[in-house]
Amino acid sequence: MKAPVYFDYAATTPVDPRVAQKMSECLMTEGNFGNPASRSHKFGWEAEEAVELARKQVADLLNCDPREIVWTSGATESDNLAIKGIAQFYKGKGKHLITSKIEHKAVLDTCRHLERDGYEVTYLEPGEDGLITPQQVADAIREDTTLVSVMHVNNEIGVINDIAGIGEVCRAAKVFYHVDAAQSAGKIPVDLESLKVDLMSLSAHKMYGPKGVGVLYVRRKPRVRLEAQMHGGGHERGMRSGTLATHQLVGMGECCRIAQLEMASEADRTLALRERLRRGFDDMEEVYVNGDLNAHVPGIINISFNYVEGESLIMSLPEIALSSGSACTSASLEPSYVLRALGMNDELAHSSLRFSVGRFTTEEDVDGAIEQVRHAVEKLRELSPLWDMYKDGVDLDSIEWAAH
Amino acid sequence: MAYSDQVMDHYQNPRNVGKFDDQDDQIGTGMVGAPACGDVMRLQIRVNDEGIIEDAKFKTYGCGSAIASSSLLTEWVKGRTLDDAAQIKNTEIAEELALPPVKIHCSVLAEDAIKAAVEDYRKKLAAQA
Repeated sequence: MKAPVYFDYAATTPVDPRVAQKMSECLMTEGNFGNPASRSHKFGWEAEEAVELARKQVADLLNCDPREIVWTSGATESDNLAIKGIAQFYKGKGKHLITSKIEHKAVLDTCRHLERDGYEVTYLEPGEDGLITPQQVADAIREDTTLVSVMHVNNEIGVINDIAGIGEVCRAAKVFYHVDAAQSAGKIPVDLESLKVDLMSLSAHKMYGPKGVGVLYVRRKPRVRLEAQMHGGGHERGMRSGTLATHQLVGMGECCRIAQLEMASEADRTLALRERLRRGFDDMEEVYVNGDLNAHVPGIINISFNYVEGESLIMSLPEIALSSGSACTSASLEPSYVLRALGMNDELAHSSLRFSVGRFTTEEDVDGAIEQVRHAVEKLRELSPLWDMYKDGVDLDSIEWAAH
Repeated sequence: MAYSDQVMDHYQNPRNVGKFDDQDDQIGTGMVGAPACGDVMRLQIRVNDEGIIEDAKFKTYGCGSAIASSSLLTEWVKGRTLDDAAQIKNTEIAEELALPPVKIHCSVLAEDAIKAAVEDYRKKLAAQA
């Protein structure tokens, strides 16, 4: 069987060859393998230099000071460090946090953990467009609120939140603002000089860098302080101990450098591919795009093919690698919590696919996917009693289903 | 998750897909599941005067295992008496298709579907008498 075509760039991306090259230069005897914390010899100094260059490359992408970048193992760790770190450090001020229902699990589960520790969390509901508004945040802020965590780009539907507006609200109320930017950094401009964001999580593997490395941006002015979650040698100004993995960091630096250089042209190209894909289903009945397309990253699109169940649809697409908006493939039979938070009915949520395209996707890939998806949807609709009923004009909501 | 060869076979070549006229007295229809749960099965049987299931058809909205379970069921019920068909156990279906634990509910739904179809036919029969 030939390898399927990859349509899951939002899950992870392959490492860009230019990135892999830089990384491979930091591993072996003849390479830059030293411990960046070794102060007594050239190996350490050179590794430190490489790490600091990488830190600057990340900072340049975000338009911030390199001293505001803390290396982590990825966005999950960054989310944990930001949320627990702030909540714990400022618990004297209050124990209330605000987030949204469509955050990544790394944020939601961290908040749940804090709730068990006696914190209170408000979970904002997005509108049907998938967006959280600054006004919603303003309305939820209380005297004892210490942190707001609302993501930049949602990983399932690709909508872009107004983090500039939310930042203004938070700053005015003197509440820290954390942004999970795993899906936006390197894809759309992020300017921390102008944004009133205090903490931001990034992951290298969503932008053609390696897995296992990310950063947490921690603002210096106004100063943000954190309770460390990883204790040890006091690396990263005490915020995150652990020997720095030179090759990983260099990889992340290089992928940020490339992203900054090529962002504009890559966004145009990716958007054209996504639109080509979307238009490929334009003339089909009962096909819905989820989330507001006017506030959307170029690479992600979430589409519901009504009356067809997502897992079986993926099963009939062995030559396309993508993910179902529905969590049916896991042990849980619940449809996607993100789509449900948009107020979507369960049938449509069960019928959704997330396509994500990227740097190595071609027009031929997209055309092939359109053809295969159309064929699969038609086949499964032929098999679907719900499609029959829709065609016969039966209102599915009028039937009393026996939920099981 | 990898699917068993048996599931793939039924999924790729589903047997007995279709619909009978559910107003017909010879037809029993069982529709089980709910769209909100991601599974709806419609199983129909055509029963002759001797009480033997002559033909069966299905349509299923659901995952591959649900489709395979109902497809297999249509094969199994043909030629059986109503009593016999209503005895089919979900465990037999799950075993035949090598369903993993998270997909056992698909076989349960199939068992419910044949029981519902038999009951529907018997109700029609009773109404005629």
